[in-house]
Amino acid sequence: MYSKLLILHFPGREVEKPVVCHLTKYYDLTFNILKATILPRKEGIMVLELSGSKKNFKKAVQYLKDQGVIVKNASQEITRDEDKCIHCGACTAVCPTGALAISRPDMYVRFDKTKCSVCELCIATCLTRAMKAEPTTETLFE
Amino acid sequence: MSKFKVNKTYKEINDKIRSGEVVVVTADEIVDIVKEKGPVKAAETVDVVTTATFAPMCSSGAFINFGQSVPTIRASQVWLNNVPAYAGLAAVDCYIGATEACLEDPLNKVWPGEFNYGGGHVIHDLIAGKAVHLKAAGYGTSCYPNRGIEKDIRLSDLRQATLCNPRNGYQNYNCAVNFSNKTIYTYMGTLKPKVGNANYSTSGQLSPLFNDPYYKTIGLGTRIFLGGGEGYVTWHGTQHNPSAERNEKGIPKTPAGTMWVMGDLKQMKPEWIVGVSLRGYGISLAVGMGVPIPILNEEMAQFTAVTDKDIEVQIVDYGNDYPNGINKNYGFATYDELKSGAIVFNGKDVPTVPLSSVAKAREIAEILKDWIQSQKFLLGEPQFTLPTK
Repeated sequence: MYSKLLILHFPGREVEKPVVCHLTKYYDLTFNILKATILPRKEGIMVLELSGSKKNFKKAVQYLKDQGVIVKNASQEITRDEDKCIHCGACTAVCPTGALAISRPDMYVRFDKTKCSVCELCIATCLTRAMKAEPTTETLFE
Repeated sequence: MSKFKVNKTYKEINDKIRSGEVVVVTADEIVDIVKEKGPVKAAETVDVVTTATFAPMCSSGAFINFGQSVPTIRASQVWLNNVPAYAGLAAVDCYIGATEACLEDPLNKVWPGEFNYGGGHVIHDLIAGKAVHLKAAGYGTSCYPNRGIEKDIRLSDLRQATLCNPRNGYQNYNCAVNFSNKTIYTYMGTLKPKVGNANYSTSGQLSPLFNDPYYKTIGLGTRIFLGGGEGYVTWHGTQHNPSAERNEKGIPKTPAGTMWVMGDLKQMKPEWIVGVSLRGYGISLAVGMGVPIPILNEEMAQFTAVTDKDIEVQIVDYGNDYPNGINKNYGFATYDELKSGAIVFNGKDVPTVPLSSVAKAREIAEILKDWIQSQKFLLGEPQFTLPTK
């Protein structure tokens, strides 16, 4: 089961097409609309969680693009629960950007968010499950 | 006539603790003291050196007595938050092992498994004061007719809950690499293919048994910091192997001594006993442990002055050798090199990855030092020390 949060921008001329309905009909995906707005100049913004098989998901995104919809990944950020982190260093084995690194000589594990590429590899590697992916677009859901 | 110039007894050191005159330093701090003053002067000045480790330690678990119900039960199977506990002990006693996975865990069927909840987490939840759901099944006897109970238990309601770890504080361990062509997931963490990283797990010069390499002060009755409370060394640990090859300073070059430790769960703190999930491998328990080493003479001062440069760790392939029981190493790295962040292996820089938290071990060594200095903690004199043969 593949699931992602997407932000869809519908140009003014496209808002009347029932494209989201087609995601279910043609690609066997389920969607959960978290936000839908039509802006004054008639362009629409929709935030939805789209779930299904990865293959169909990719096809569906291509379909959306073909319909003139601009598709963006609702961006995520990685956060660390400071109370859970035991500073063992296991995460540094998988972090590809050095965002998680051991500072020397004190040997605490530092997390530099500016270096993080949100690859999510640390999440399942962290021994105490201190690393989490969280959406950065919270304001959209208010 | 003693062969030492400095001779102290446990009683003398404990008297000093009671009177507040005791001098305690950590295993990091003693290094420079011995270097500057020499072992005799150091032994005259310093009474206790605190050592510590905080790392995932399988071979951990807890005995729990969960009290009788009405009608009474002879629990023959027990689950705690759906994690099976061993119940073949007595009517309402069980042992929850740290590495036991909860029943609905897909294990490695979805590879590499996440192992999000198991025995280690149950122990952590109990210490954190959370309610743990207990299910027990019995077969019914005249004295224990009940066939099954379910109830929530909390640590404060239990009569006894005892951490009992048959093997902790390993004296040296392996440095794990992976020669194969794919990423592997081990109890030594994630190992990238073609020696992409080198993982190790020891707190080096802070680690208890490196500071007393011939077990001259550690044995049954040694009082320790265990999970934030007071615990004891009660036996030599399983796989204790004192005859491992040693370097000229007496430091074993391969896995050697181990300790069996016990302590009261009710004294422990959730920050020092933490359930951990090792991707693709399973569940374990990170155990915070601190052992005070009494400086009875200059020999002990010299032992505790061990540095990361003196400690060699053997490099072992977990891609092919380890799973096939091939006992082979590819040379040694000093702990100093491992801690620096990279080792040179076959002419290539290999990043090193710890699983043992040196930062937290240092905190434990400081806490234990503070306990002793503030008269809260007396040394326990062992009835006998760990076997050397």
